[in-house]
Amino acid sequence: MSRLSSRHLLGLEETSQEDIQLILNTAETFREVIDRTIKRVPTLRGITVVNLFYEPSTRTRISFELAEKRLSADIVNFSTSTSSVKKGESLRDTVQNIEAMKIDMVVVRHGSAGAPYFLTQCMDANIINGGDGSHEHPTQALLDMYTIRKKYKKLKGLRVVLVGDIKHSRVIRSNIWGLKTMGASVALCGPATLLPYDVEKFGCDVYTDVDEALDGADVVNIMRIQLERQQGGLFPSQREYANLFGITKERLKRLNRNYTIMHPGPMNRGVEITSEVADGKNSVILDQVTNGQAVRMAVLYLLSGRKGEEE
Amino acid sequence: MASKKYDLVITNGRVIDPALGFGKDAFVFIKDARIKKIEVESASVRNELKSFDDSQIIDASGKLVVPGLIDIHVHLREPGREGAETIDSGCRAAAAGGFTSVCCMPNTTPRIDNQETVKFVQDRAKTASARVYVVGAITKNIEGKQLAEIGDLVKMGAVAITDDGHYVQDPNMMRRALEYARMFDIPVMQHAEDKYLCDGGIMNESFQSTRLGLKGSPAAAEEIAVLRDIALCRLTRSRLHIQHVSTKGAVDAIRQAKAEGLRVTAEVTPHHLVLTDDEIGKEFNTNLRVNPPIRSEADRDAVVAGLVDGTIDCIASDHAPHTDEDKDCEFDIAPPGMIGLETTVGLMKTFLIDKGIMSWADVIRKMTYDPAHILGLPGGNLSEGAPADITIIDPDKRWTVNASKFLSRSKNSPFIGYKLSGKVYKTIMNGKIVFE
Repeated sequence: MSRLSSRHLLGLEETSQEDIQLILNTAETFREVIDRTIKRVPTLRGITVVNLFYEPSTRTRISFELAEKRLSADIVNFSTSTSSVKKGESLRDTVQNIEAMKIDMVVVRHGSAGAPYFLTQCMDANIINGGDGSHEHPTQALLDMYTIRKKYKKLKGLRVVLVGDIKHSRVIRSNIWGLKTMGASVALCGPATLLPYDVEKFGCDVYTDVDEALDGADVVNIMRIQLERQQGGLFPSQREYANLFGITKERLKRLNRNYTIMHPGPMNRGVEITSEVADGKNSVILDQVTNGQAVRMAVLYLLSGRKGEEE
Repeated sequence: MASKKYDLVITNGRVIDPALGFGKDAFVFIKDARIKKIEVESASVRNELKSFDDSQIIDASGKLVVPGLIDIHVHLREPGREGAETIDSGCRAAAAGGFTSVCCMPNTTPRIDNQETVKFVQDRAKTASARVYVVGAITKNIEGKQLAEIGDLVKMGAVAITDDGHYVQDPNMMRRALEYARMFDIPVMQHAEDKYLCDGGIMNESFQSTRLGLKGSPAAAEEIAVLRDIALCRLTRSRLHIQHVSTKGAVDAIRQAKAEGLRVTAEVTPHHLVLTDDEIGKEFNTNLRVNPPIRSEADRDAVVAGLVDGTIDCIASDHAPHTDEDKDCEFDIAPPGMIGLETTVGLMKTFLIDKGIMSWADVIRKMTYDPAHILGLPGGNLSEGAPADITIIDPDKRWTVNASKFLSRSKNSPFIGYKLSGKVYKTIMNGKIVFE
């Protein structure tokens, strides 16, 4: 297998084990490029990639941008905080205008779930989902899986706990689908107000007691808890959140010996994670960032040149 | 030679009038826009036909001849959003769907909360191909703060009041509305969704909303609203009508209220009878965004059961036109609503009658006599002297829902591409053929 079964990457729910495997294996070869003195290959020469960001983003945007640059693509950044709710130009008009400038691939970050699919209906370019609403963030989950696999040489059979705002997190959704597809065992943990309806139907173990959740786990992937959720009345205070769900050194005792600490960033140190844990020897938080580039290079490479293909 | 005694005769059709308990092959004679008589075949009837001109005869062999259908929940969008629908286009869509009477909702721009707007709609409707009954607003500008001049609205011809699209959130305001409306013996029609529990939800709260990352609106938002209003109905002894019932809990509450003898009626839409939230998949089809949202299978089964056992009185489409421009966007910013007038008959035939859940007579009753009864509308039956509002249905006609064939100005139907059985053949309103 050297070809993905789709010419877009919209989410991991519909991505097969073979495709995930292919992306992770391909990322392995690009990971080596990043460590070179001259971090550049000509793979995407002549390909134009647009980074279409309807939501503020620092690390995902920079990570994609660097991945594109290292592959020698021509890139354009389009960032706007104006959503189409505010009735400027419609999303369809915006992307059709961009496509009229003869571009090949689009990385899209958008506040509305389903926006990347909508783009596939508006244009011929390959679409990569850079995060859509609370739906999916597939490249983040791929880089998380890459990082785990790098350490354990496998994903199958590992116990991964995802802690945080399960209801609103696209990172968690993509991780659930991806990890389950790859045979890992997934546990979810967060305040009951942040567990979505029928969450157990994901086929994961669900906890509201973080100590129970951590018991016997290999990997803990900790999500940022957003202040706006507190303002929305979903939990009383960051202080109480830290007490009930914060990952502290004390709590790590419950994990398997060769445990791994992950966080997709940006971190609220002292809230969902203490500095001791974030900076500890089992933390791979910065490796995630580095690996993210390699994974995104792999995705860009595997989808490129497949513009206008029949679905 | 043409008959002078009659204007029109519908021959050889199976006449179904649930109001009269009639269901036989018969001939319907029309004169001066009224039903003159209905007779089963006999030598004398055959003889009488000889005096008719061909142009006076509608051959309805193999067809159903039923009272003109009535839809008590329709958005005609005029005045204000004529790009989506006008009174004229909406009534042509109604006629194409077999409806000879529609009740239009007041959430136009301006709102139908005053006599002038009622009059405007009535004037526009004079030349339309369906009868239009106006439902006025409960509160001024549908803001839920102050009662509209309901006496004025009723005097002008409003048949009910509603703030449709919005729940009257303040219970004291709803109490006053019920009490006040009792003076005029009109029902208060409620869009029952508690806005705090909806909390901006855009689809049913279920595993499907969890999976898609779309904000969910729980069934409890509707159930709490319905239960509160039933309590107010008990308090005020007024008439309450629950619009577009969509959850099992709401059906149970209404069933119990009826058993208690409260004056509660209810309607259900074809989409809540047919669809479940599983339909909203990775395509994020904005035509499936509607309030209240399409629900779970258990809810869908419960509203079907409620319709069958009489808890739910009638079928109403909640025809809600939106332009392509408004619907061609991200799912969460698409306006809620779908059109329904032109697909109701086919959907009910395909999903209720063909599945053996209801008979034609039951379905027709829920679309004629029962809705007419709720609002005290004329029509809904084929009795002698009644206005000649008649729908002729080709009961087994197979067709595919095609957006380009809609007479509505809007095409926002989730049923485009559906293969249905049962289609309106001709619609007669006030003795005139308004659709064929």
